[in-house]
Amino acid sequence: MTSVGITAYGAYLPKRRLNRAAIAAANAWMNPALKGMGKGAKAMCNWDEDTVTMAVEAGRDCLTGIDRATVDSVTLASTTLPFADRHNAGIVLAALTLDENSESIDVTATQRAGTTALIKALKAGGNALVLAADHRIAKPGSAQEMQLGDGAAALLLGTEKVIARFLGSHSLARDLVDHYRSANAEYDYNLEERWIRDMGYDLIVPEAAKQALEKAGVAAADIDHFIMPAIQNGLDARQAKRIGVKAEAVRSNRNREIGEAGVAHPLLMLVHALEEAQPGQKIMVIGFGQGADVLIFETTDALKQLPKRSGVTGQLARGAEDNNYQRFLSFNGQIDYEWGIRAERDNRTAQSTAYRKRDSITSFLGGKCTQCGTVQFPKSNVCVNPNCQAIGTQVDHPFADLEAAVKTFTEDNLAYSPNPPLQYGNIGFNEGGNIYMDLTDFDSGTISVGSKVRMVFRIKDFDDKRGFRRYFWKAAPAA
Amino acid sequence: MAGIRDKVAIIGMGCSKFGERWDASPDDLMLEAYTEALADAAIAKEDIQMAWLGVFFDEQNVGKSAIPLSQALRLPNIPVTRVENLCATGTEALRGAVYAVAAGACDIAMALGVEKLKDTGYGGLPERTKGTFEDLWQPNSTAPGSFAQLASAYSAKHGVDMQDLKRAMAHVSWKSHQNGAKNPKAHLQSVVDMDKILNAPMVSFPLGLFDCCGVSDGAACAIVTTPEKAREMGFDNPVVVKALQLAASNGVEMSHNSWDGSYTMTTRMAAQRAYAEAGIKDPLKELSMTEVHDCFSITELVVMEDLGLSKEGQGYKDILNGKYDADGEVPCQIDGGLKCFGHPIGASGLRMAYEVYTQINGRAGSRQLKDPVMGLTHNLGGIPNRNVCSVSILGRLNQ
Repeated sequence: MTSVGITAYGAYLPKRRLNRAAIAAANAWMNPALKGMGKGAKAMCNWDEDTVTMAVEAGRDCLTGIDRATVDSVTLASTTLPFADRHNAGIVLAALTLDENSESIDVTATQRAGTTALIKALKAGGNALVLAADHRIAKPGSAQEMQLGDGAAALLLGTEKVIARFLGSHSLARDLVDHYRSANAEYDYNLEERWIRDMGYDLIVPEAAKQALEKAGVAAADIDHFIMPAIQNGLDARQAKRIGVKAEAVRSNRNREIGEAGVAHPLLMLVHALEEAQPGQKIMVIGFGQGADVLIFETTDALKQLPKRSGVTGQLARGAEDNNYQRFLSFNGQIDYEWGIRAERDNRTAQSTAYRKRDSITSFLGGKCTQCGTVQFPKSNVCVNPNCQAIGTQVDHPFADLEAAVKTFTEDNLAYSPNPPLQYGNIGFNEGGNIYMDLTDFDSGTISVGSKVRMVFRIKDFDDKRGFRRYFWKAAPAA
Repeated sequence: MAGIRDKVAIIGMGCSKFGERWDASPDDLMLEAYTEALADAAIAKEDIQMAWLGVFFDEQNVGKSAIPLSQALRLPNIPVTRVENLCATGTEALRGAVYAVAAGACDIAMALGVEKLKDTGYGGLPERTKGTFEDLWQPNSTAPGSFAQLASAYSAKHGVDMQDLKRAMAHVSWKSHQNGAKNPKAHLQSVVDMDKILNAPMVSFPLGLFDCCGVSDGAACAIVTTPEKAREMGFDNPVVVKALQLAASNGVEMSHNSWDGSYTMTTRMAAQRAYAEAGIKDPLKELSMTEVHDCFSITELVVMEDLGLSKEGQGYKDILNGKYDADGEVPCQIDGGLKCFGHPIGASGLRMAYEVYTQINGRAGSRQLKDPVMGLTHNLGGIPNRNVCSVSILGRLNQ
């Protein structure tokens, strides 16, 4: 029997939770059916978040207490990667300061991308980091706009300190077009729900599940946690029953609180299950999309030894209510506001500079003077300590996880920001060092000198003219 | 002791009308300031042997190099140098001319600063790149947002309630409007009441609209020579340079945690050097007036402490008590300051010198102070995190 399995997990959900009632209130005039869907909330990316930034955050959560040098591959699964041709997983790898001599790959083009990536990585072996994230944008006034949410999940795989052993899986590809998005299309095209249920889920899921159970040598009735994301209500319980899984094993998809997070969703539910499971329990995970993936795991005694992390539980709890539907549209580029002359700034990135300084910008490595011990950003030739000023003495010093607090700040109404006012200030690091940097995720009026902050990887600027976006780190509320 | 004290005399100064000069191009502004200075010194164009041009936003209007000055005035192909050092640019131009005379490289030199901001299309200062690396990580900050940082840190460090600090900041602006109303060359010549200042729209918390200086077009000019030459020309007791100092940030405020963000480090350094150069022991008693870099009200407030005129953490009280008002102990911005005279960046340092020179010569009209003998000018170019500070002290040769 294989000893490969999951060794750690992590999750990320954007802090903002848009109330569906706000969407319904704005759009019910043209689609009265939305009124009935106007319950609960959906996790929505801030303007400076995307699939890459969410994956980085989920990855950081997953790697809590783990030596990053042990990670030997990175997989990023998503249908909403920011770059169609630029190695998205490579950005995540650098932001996580993982060894660049690692295998890394983007997996995309189906809602099954997350589960397929997981199966592939489990079968390939090694200490693989599997990340799944999605930030799908739906047409205003559509049912999907109500249903979809943003989020990311991370799983670390390996053969030591396994918390959930991989018992087996089955994949089945069948080109049933329940929805699709063409290569250059902005939005999904969705087919009729009843057809998807009757000819899609009903036929494909039980068939794949049966094969997976056989391969794993597990009886359906022994499954303790049944995971199957689905937008249609009751579809999960319906499939559990058809497979023979007991009704109480069906886990809530949490769509009501965070929305359906696409490729990330089965992995998010798996992470949540691992947080709540007892050792020795069996978990079935189903990914659906032009076929189905079914994975079966069994938790081990090591489950309870995993160092504390945020996980889905922590991410669910940190949500902040948002009722501004117009802003949601604007964040997703679906409304063309007049931002004034300051938004006309040319954000061309000097790629040669960005490459030369990638350790500073993407990996957030500052310098530490080996002579006087002063920690500083950016790393420089001459030590900034006025009493040292030694030349060539600085070694790389990671800033991403340092404790820090606001020293000075402003909320700037004059500067352009996609979410005004632009918040920035001097951040003092407990270990030493100061960075004049952007703040993010603070509600206006809640920043004060001394506010504790946590560094987060975010979009720094968009270059609309050239279709580029650049990333850097920002200071977000610590809790 | 080495130093510039009493080695160079100012024999002529000029200053254009500041403001939104939709009528004027840079060459018009330069000519306006130059014509006044030349007449003041009673010399001819051919007497000027070297010149320095100060322009900050070269890419916006005036253009690179010193050619715009040479061309605007049709100077006879003399050496002309363009300098740029953020908001200290005007003082930097003066420094070039003063050093040339002091070095004996020439007898008469001219410094001229000009800025034409109102053709950029922006309300405030125009957006600009900070550098290819800096753009990758520094905030897309504005000038008010960068200086607003001082207020948050000052309030926290000294335990001053933000509302009290806001009142002191409002007094700074109120006072400058009172003064500016008496200055026919000022951009803003209206008095404004405290309520209007305190209730103005927020620009960058906690700075409201009236906490911010004007964005103006303008030019200012100085003609300098040696005291000996000045005497030959009939200036018996000319205004001379007592000190001319500069301090540039080296990254401590940006990267080192020793700076708490509540003051301007370079001002403290430049001021101490300038006092030493001028032989000033007690600036509060010896200075008749100051013209400081009130780009924002909070800047003036902390600079009063950084110059040693107020005790640390007490500046806001001194301001509220009128210590720096026109009738106060050491009047600050008697001409309206950047706030109301205006802030055409490259000209500002020279505009400050123009006011000190005018006051010492007793020609300031309705805003004339009683018997001023020595004045200080101060520029803070950049942002509190990263800046160039210039301090000059001007006074009579024999006082």
